[in-house]
Amino acid sequence: MSDVPTPTQSPQRSRANGSGGATAGKPTTTQLPNAADAEVLAQAQAGDHHAFAQLYALHKRRIYSLCLRMVGNVAEAEDLTQEAFLQLHRKIATFRGDSAFSTWLHRLAINVVLMQLRKKGLSLISLDEAMEPNPEEGPSRSFGAPDLTLTGTIDRLVLERAIADLPAGYRLIFILHDVEGFEHNEIATMLDCSIGNSKSQLHKARLKLRDALRAQNRQEARP
Amino acid sequence: MNGDVSKMSCAEFQDQMAELIGSGEDPNAHPHLKECADCRALLADLKTIAEAARQLFPSVEPPDEVWEHIESAIKRGD
Repeated sequence: MSDVPTPTQSPQRSRANGSGGATAGKPTTTQLPNAADAEVLAQAQAGDHHAFAQLYALHKRRIYSLCLRMVGNVAEAEDLTQEAFLQLHRKIATFRGDSAFSTWLHRLAINVVLMQLRKKGLSLISLDEAMEPNPEEGPSRSFGAPDLTLTGTIDRLVLERAIADLPAGYRLIFILHDVEGFEHNEIATMLDCSIGNSKSQLHKARLKLRDALRAQNRQEARP
Repeated sequence: MNGDVSKMSCAEFQDQMAELIGSGEDPNAHPHLKECADCRALLADLKTIAEAARQLFPSVEPPDEVWEHIESAIKRGD
């Protein structure tokens, strides 16, 4: 079917801040590409299909995982991954190297995801809107009495549900930073916001998750 | 709620929390925390959540069909 090698091999490079998931060898996004990577990128920009297949192999895992974490549905995540890489194919010649290629590709994929969320009825039109959830969606600022603090063990399903219930903007920042392991400066570039905004949104996301988990604890503590 | 020794309110401390968690520094060394049990509890919770989230989602490969669809679409000129 294919006249190019199947891009099934991911690179075995580690990320200094690698915190995401269970994968040991994530492609780095914070370092400049090495000469071989830069050559592959240049070839793909020139229309070389083999080089594009290599780029796909390099980045497919992270883009697919991001899509899956954002929408929580395998079939949808596959479609979004496909759309993100098709957009990459159409736009790759416009990449000028102002940011790391991986950061640029993530920004592109994030826009694809947000468009999908909008189609599903969420009132998200742009990254700006995703970054500014409705005030009533924000976390409370109340402190917990000691008997309501988390105990150090969090139910996996409860946390998953709490993350899925976050407003899309909070969820995006939380996943990019706490799950994917991106730094705030990278997230700011992806989302076209300030580093301070990225930090603030992340903090609000964590507070909102805490609210949700404490609510669950309260519910379970009821006789 | 907070002691005056740190000369920082809980709200001011919370504004710095996003920076503190994951910065590599020990957030527990912050003077405000020595005086404020509520902020200590909050910080402990947020660290627990961040650590739990890191282990929550495995990173996974897309199935081979995704590339096949991409390749077909490129060949069609989509």
